[in-house]
Parts: sequence; C-alpha cells; structure tokens
Amino acid sequence: MIKETAAALGAKIAAREVSAVEVAQAHLDRISEVDGRVHAFLHVDAEGALKAAREVDAKLDKGEKLGPLAGVPIAVKDVIATKGVPTTAGSKILEGWKPPYDATIMSRMREAGLVMVGKTNMDEFAMGSSTEYSAYGPSFNPWDLTRIPGGSGGGSAAALAAYEAPLAIGTDTGGSIRQPGAVTGTVGAKPTYGGTSRYGLIAFSSSLDTPGPCARTVKDTALLHTVIAGHDPMDSTSIPQPVPDVVAAARLGATGDLTGVKIGLVREFSGEGAEPGVMAAFRDTVEALTKLGAEVVEISAPHFLYALPAYYLIAPSECSSNLARFDGVRFGLRVGDDGKRSLEDVMSMTREAGFGNEVKRRIIVGTYALSSGYYDAYYGQAQKVRTLIARDFAAAFEQVDVLVSPTTPFTAFLLGSRTSDPYQMYLADLYTIPTNLYGGPAISVPCGLSEGLPVGFQVMAPTMADDRMYRVAAAVESVAGTLTPPAL
Amino acid sequence: MSITALSFDDAIGRYEPVIGLETHVELGTQTKMFCGCPTVFGADPNTQICPVCLGLPGSLPVANKAAIEATIRIGLALNCSIAQWCRFARKNYFYPDMPKNYQISQYDEPLCVDGYLDVTVNGEIVRVEIERVHLEEDTGKTLHVGGATGRIHGATESLVDYNRAGIPLVEIVTKPVVGTGRMAPEVAKAYVAELRDVIRTLGVSDVRMEQGSMRCDVNTSLNLPGEEWGTRTETKNVNSLRSVERAVRTEIVRQSNVLSGGGHITQETRHFHEDTGETTSGRSKETATDYRYFPEPDLVPLAPDAAWVQELKAALPELPRVHRARLQKDWGLSDLDMQSILNAGAVELIEQTIAAGTNAETARKWWLGELSRKANETGVDLAAVGATPKQVAELQSLVDSGKLTDKLARQVLEGVLNGEGDPAAIMAARGIEVVSDTGALTAAIDEAIAANPEVAEKIRGGNQAAAGVLIGAVMKTTKGQADAKTVRELVLQRLS
Ligand SMILES: [Zn+2]
Repeated sequence: MIKETAAALGAKIAAREVSAVEVAQAHLDRISEVDGRVHAFLHVDAEGALKAAREVDAKLDKGEKLGPLAGVPIAVKDVIATKGVPTTAGSKILEGWKPPYDATIMSRMREAGLVMVGKTNMDEFAMGSSTEYSAYGPSFNPWDLTRIPGGSGGGSAAALAAYEAPLAIGTDTGGSIRQPGAVTGTVGAKPTYGGTSRYGLIAFSSSLDTPGPCARTVKDTALLHTVIAGHDPMDSTSIPQPVPDVVAAARLGATGDLTGVKIGLVREFSGEGAEPGVMAAFRDTVEALTKLGAEVVEISAPHFLYALPAYYLIAPSECSSNLARFDGVRFGLRVGDDGKRSLEDVMSMTREAGFGNEVKRRIIVGTYALSSGYYDAYYGQAQKVRTLIARDFAAAFEQVDVLVSPTTPFTAFLLGSRTSDPYQMYLADLYTIPTNLYGGPAISVPCGLSEGLPVGFQVMAPTMADDRMYRVAAAVESVAGTLTPPAL
Repeated sequence: MSITALSFDDAIGRYEPVIGLETHVELGTQTKMFCGCPTVFGADPNTQICPVCLGLPGSLPVANKAAIEATIRIGLALNCSIAQWCRFARKNYFYPDMPKNYQISQYDEPLCVDGYLDVTVNGEIVRVEIERVHLEEDTGKTLHVGGATGRIHGATESLVDYNRAGIPLVEIVTKPVVGTGRMAPEVAKAYVAELRDVIRTLGVSDVRMEQGSMRCDVNTSLNLPGEEWGTRTETKNVNSLRSVERAVRTEIVRQSNVLSGGGHITQETRHFHEDTGETTSGRSKETATDYRYFPEPDLVPLAPDAAWVQELKAALPELPRVHRARLQKDWGLSDLDMQSILNAGAVELIEQTIAAGTNAETARKWWLGELSRKANETGVDLAAVGATPKQVAELQSLVDSGKLTDKLARQVLEGVLNGEGDPAAIMAARGIEVVSDTGALTAAIDEAIAANPEVAEKIRGGNQAAAGVLIGAVMKTTKGQADAKTVRELVLQRLS
C-alpha cells in the first residue's frame, strides 16, 4: 500500500476499498520501521494523523463527497507552522515551540482531508543543501544511506523516497524543493512566487521563499499543488488570480505529445562543472522530448552566471532581519536568564546558543550587506542583478515556452564531503537559484540515473504559467519513468 | 560652562535658533496597522494581540487601507504631494518592545512629501515647511522593574505589553524652521497646536498628547548670525503644548550657555522633564545606531490611485485656518477679538454654543468672561472648566425668556460648575426663579408701602428717587428673585 501514488490511495479511500485510518497506520508503521535509518522526521504525530484519518472516514460514512486527496498521508517540512504541533525550522532556538496557529497552506490541507503524519527534517531555517545543517542531525538518502538527501527540504524528499509518505510539503528559496527532489529521484515543484501563501512559513528570505508540493509522480504533485495554491488575504505578496489548472496540464503532458511546444536550453548551464553522468541523462531526456514533438532551441541568459552571488547577498540580507525576532523574549529558547543578567545579555546569549554556524554566517553576511555605506555596493547591486535576471527570463520566454536544465550539477554527494567549504555546498543550487530571483515556477522531475544515483530534470516556466511547467514535466516522466530506490 | 548664565533674551541676542519638529500621531483606526487586532486604549496588558502583532514565526503583515487613507488625508491637508508609488521599509534594531526586532516604517520613499502648514504667532503668519509624512507601526510598552532609572540598563525584570504594538503611527517631519528668532518657542507650540487641530478636524486621531496618541520630538540648534547651523539636539518626551514651548526655550538657553562658555553641543537625544522644565542627556547619537533600512519584502509597494487621491482631496473638510477665518467673518469680530478667542482655546466652545442657539456676541461674552475667569482661577483649560456649550446656551435662553436675571444666571452657572446638573434642574433644586407673578409682587409692594408711609408720601409728591427704599424692601421679601426693573415700574404705578 505504501508504494501507491497519492492519486490511487485517494481513489481507494473514496471508494471505501481501504479506510483512511488503515492508510495512515500503514505509513506510521513504515515510519517506525525505517525512520531510525532515514531520519526524515523531526516529529511524528501519530495521534494527530489517526484522528484526522478517523474524521475523513467519518465523513465518508456520512456520504460526504471529499476531494481527491482526502485521507492521503502527508509529511510537512518543519518550517511550516502547525497549530499545537512542534515546529522548529530545524533549529535549537525553536525547540519545543508549538505554534498557536496553522499556516494557510496547512489549513487548506486539513480542509482537503490530508492526513499529516509528521514534520520533516531540514537544514536550519532552510539554509543549506544537504540537511547537514539541521540542529537535529542530518537525514539520509534512501538510495544510499551514506549520502545526503539534498536540502534544505531533504527530510520531505527522503520521506517520499523511503515510502514514509506519498506526499510532502517543501519550501524553495534557492532550490530547497527541487534539489532534494533531484537527488532522491522524486518530484518537487516550486510554484510561482505568490502562487502559494507564505503565511505560516517561517521566513528565511521573504522575497524568495515559496512553499510547494513534493511527491513521487508529477500528477500527485499537481494534485497537491491545487490544494495549497491560490490567493490568501493574509499574505500581501500572494497573487490574486485563479490557480492555473495544473492537473489537466499534467494529464495532457502524460499523453506524451509535445507538438508545438518550444523548449529552450540555457547555454550558460551547458555543463561546465556538472558531472558527466548528470549531463548525459539530461541530454538523453531532451533528445526524447524532441521525439514527442517538442522543438528545442538554445537560449542565452547571460546574467544567470551572476545569480549565485546576487542570491548570497539578498537571501542573507533578508534573513538577518527575519531572524532578529528569535531573541528569547516571546517564544522558544531562552538562555542566561538568571534574574541578574540584563535583557540585552539574555537576548545575545540566547542567539549565541540557539543558532548554528551556517545561520550565524548568513546573519553576519546579511547584516554587513545592509550596513550603511555598504548597502549600495552589496544589497543594492544584487537587486539590480535580480532585475537583469528577470529580464533574461522575459526575453527567453518570448522565444520559448519553457527553459530546461539539469536541476543540480551533481548527484547525491557523500555526507560530510562539502560541509567544510560553503562554496562547494552553494554550487548545488547553481541551476535552481535564477528562478527564485525571477519568481517564476520550476519543477524537478527524475530523468534517469548516473552511477546508480537519481538525476533531476528542471523545467522553468513564466510566472503564473505553472500549468505549462507541469505539462512538460509529465512528458519527461512519460519518457523517463519513475524511479524506484533499492529496498531499505 | 560660563559662570555668567545667559538668559533667553541674551541667547536670542547672540544666536539664531533653528528648530525642527517630528510629531508622531497614533491613528484612530478600528484595527492595527498590519493585523486585525483592535486598538482600544487602556485594555488589560496583552489582550489585544495576535500572531502578527506579536511577530510570531511565520506571521505576515497586511497593510490597513484605512490607515493609508488617513495618512494621505493628513498629507493632503498639509499641502503635500502624495507619492504615486512608495514602499514600506524595515528599520532594524533590537528592543524587547519591538516584537520582530524591526519596525515596519518608511525610509526614503514616504507616502507624502513637501508640504507646509501656516501658523499665526502674534498676528504674524509663519509658514512651517513639511518634509515628509509617513506611516509606520507603533511599538509595545516596556516596564523595567528594579534598577535605579527605570531604564533597560540595570533592570532585574522587564514586563512588556504588546497591546500598542502595531497601532498605526503617522510621523510628520518638518523641514528646519529658520529665522523665527525669539518667536521660535511660540512657533513650535503654534505649529503643534495647529497640526493637532488639523488632524482632529480630519477625524483620523483623537490627538491627545497626555494619552500619548500625539507625541513630539523637538530638534533645536543655535548658530551665530551668518554662520552654518549648529549641532542639533533632539528633545523627547515633550507631552503637552506648553512643554513644546518650554522645551525649545530651555534648549536655546542651555545651548547658548554651553556655546558661550566655549563648549560644543553634542548631537544627542535629550529628555524633557515636565516638572522642572529642564532637559537631560539621553543616548548619544555620535555612535548612531545603523538601522540597516531596506524595503519591506513582506509587503507589496503602495501605489495610491491618482483618482482616489483626488477624491480624498475633494472630500477634505474645511481646515481650521479657513474655518476660523469664516467664523471671524460670520461673528463679525476684529482680528484682535478673534485672537483672544484663539488664545483662550474657545473657538470650538463658542461655535458649539452658537449651534445650540445662542447669538455670537453673547456666547463670546460667557466664554471669554465669566468662564475664562473661572478657568484661570482653577488653572484648567477652558474646555475642562465644567460647563458645556449646551449648558451655556440653555442658561442664556433662560435669561432671554426672562426666567433668569443676569444675577440669578450667574448663581445658576455656579451650580453648573459645581456639577449640580443642567441650568433648569439647578433652578428647580435651588428654588431659583424670577418672581414675575404680579399678584405676589403687588402684595409685597402693598406691604412695603404700608410699612413705609413717609417714603410713599414722598414718591406721591414726585420724588421718584425715593422708590429705591421700597424696591429694596420688596427685593428682600422676595429673596432677590424679583426683577428690580419690574418692581420699580409697579411701585411708581401704584403711587402715581
Ligand atoms: Zn494583532
């Protein structure tokens, strides 16, 4: 049962072939069985999951008509506020914090009858590409437990690949949904910025953070996308427009017909620094798409080369401000409050003890970049680069419908192999970051193996053209197939 | 410090003051700036809070349209240009009463810029130029327990009330006001008073300085004639109109003494003390905090629609200055009379008394006469003297209808000021009435004539001046409630 797709499970539950409680229990059992080795979860909410499942069953008993994902288990990245359920963002500074409210996407998932089984591991405050910066220890890639599952949403991706849940929620600031999807052989979509509400997503970089759906198939991803997307009055940056019909688009793509679709290859991402196996799997897939009728052209996006440095100024700048609220005064960890120390000392000691090194590194970089006298040279300049990148995308989308690239230059690397050099770690997001700076949607879908490890294929589309991205992703899936990891 | 202390006159004789005012006004919107929490003043601590105004992880702000509208209306009333596009910005600094450790404010893109407000001081119109009007969120309130100063340093315990956190706050900043010389303190006061009246007229805030819904920071510097502006200080905690004037005066005198003694002025924040009228040094701005402003990424830019702004402009109420000019004309007053009404703070009171049915001249007489005297005696504002415009109008209508004499009216007013109720009720309670019933009067007169036969004889003989004795006797019998003029007429009639 645990290997079924979300769509199939939802259909069986609706048809009363299996109860939501049985489905939840099967996944909870799987978590008990394998999560000691995978460590996808920071918190398993068995009680909450069974309660939610019973409610779904009760509604079905009464003959209520529920959505296609009612009763389907989901794993939620620990950066999403869940009412009454611990939410840490992978940080010691929030250890034990139980939000008094649900994130908007969480409320929407509850309304749709999704059953949350637990909160997944992540790099602290979503800063990282391997989960090795989680304050609670890394997650392990189900394809090879000595390797990273990607990051920051490695827990969500690992949970999918380990069949601990058929659906998961991630958040993508520079690739945190797509890169874990790529290295675990699963699907992860970053919707258009503003297409999914950020209300209740613990902010890392407000102008980039985007919550999105993760699953093992494109169609499941699209179904979850439909549940969580749409305008939210609680998020001022949320787009007040109807959600594109991504499920229909995925169905269309799955027919294997891309006639009339123009695909752009980004010249600047033509493989320098990428593993040969990754480039080979990518090129084979592009070749297969042309056989489905797609027209493939090369596109130049010259400013993409500056995306990484611009990102590493904008994201830390915003994070230096967003993370200021973690001071021990109102919630979370408090250190040094012995009744004698000053408030300033307590705030300072709390932050010293509560944040990990990568978080501190970025807070310091961001604080510096926003400082008077440096603002124009760093933050201001990075914003200009951002505008140029957006123009590159706009120009490209005048010529093609979507852009494609490998999701990440390399397959899952060995745990510990890149932690000593932040730049090597940052390179994991080389191909994913431009989209975040632009704001459009992008998805990673498996496209084969390189030396036995999954390779991800990235499809990028214009803002609010999420449906176009799903169509091409489903076509990729129709030629590359889904990947099955070795048994744990 | 010089040993021969300079007076204000000495200071003005030697230096030219430059002043500037930053005024914060809490808007009277139903809900807070970025969340739906209520804004009622005086609720129990931490009862008007939610994830947004507490800055809980994951929460996001959404701008309050009513607050934006109110700010634009203030800007329009101050003759500002309204930005076609602007953004909120984050002002980053750590302080426990700031839930997010940054304040959502505006920085280099304020909503309103380049306006002015004309104020009248000693019959002279002074134009105070407005640099900007912007919108931001208020902070919570911290109470530091223990420690000597009540400040954060040395406190053993700090209590924070976040009810105020997130209440919309409008900041109005003037350009430097130069060339006002000895009038500087009065210009500062007149500006704040005029600003308060404008905002009250707009109905967007209750602008009560004593409750903190209007707060003023006063910048002051001195320079020698012809030289560059001096280093300025920023005086905070200036919580009444009177204090605004005193704070400027105090700083002028203090700075002139430092400068003439060969010292230099430190750029710093100073605290004004209402009790002594002195200012003391606060934190130095020489090591200024770097607020690391940057555009607020959680909020979309503001782009007020030009047609909407035009609508708001067209719908502005008559502003105090225009309103006062019209009243002066309607009431037929000289500039001097109008000025004395303004100085007494009686414009609205007179206006409301007139609205309740009294004519302009009589309304003015009550408020500038008897009631002003009473207010001065007890040392309160005229508006707080204890009588309402409605009560004054009622009193006057009782006089006009002959139910009260002027003398009795003053007795009734006494009762009103004592809080005994409305005039008619006081008359009933105290048994005050004009004895106009001729039957009762005739009996009293007959009694007086019978008791004073020689006087009656004199009057019959044509000596009308002698009537005073009989009138006095009648007034005594009627306990002063008869109208003396009527009594006189009746006596003469009876003895003719
Ligand atoms: Zn609130």
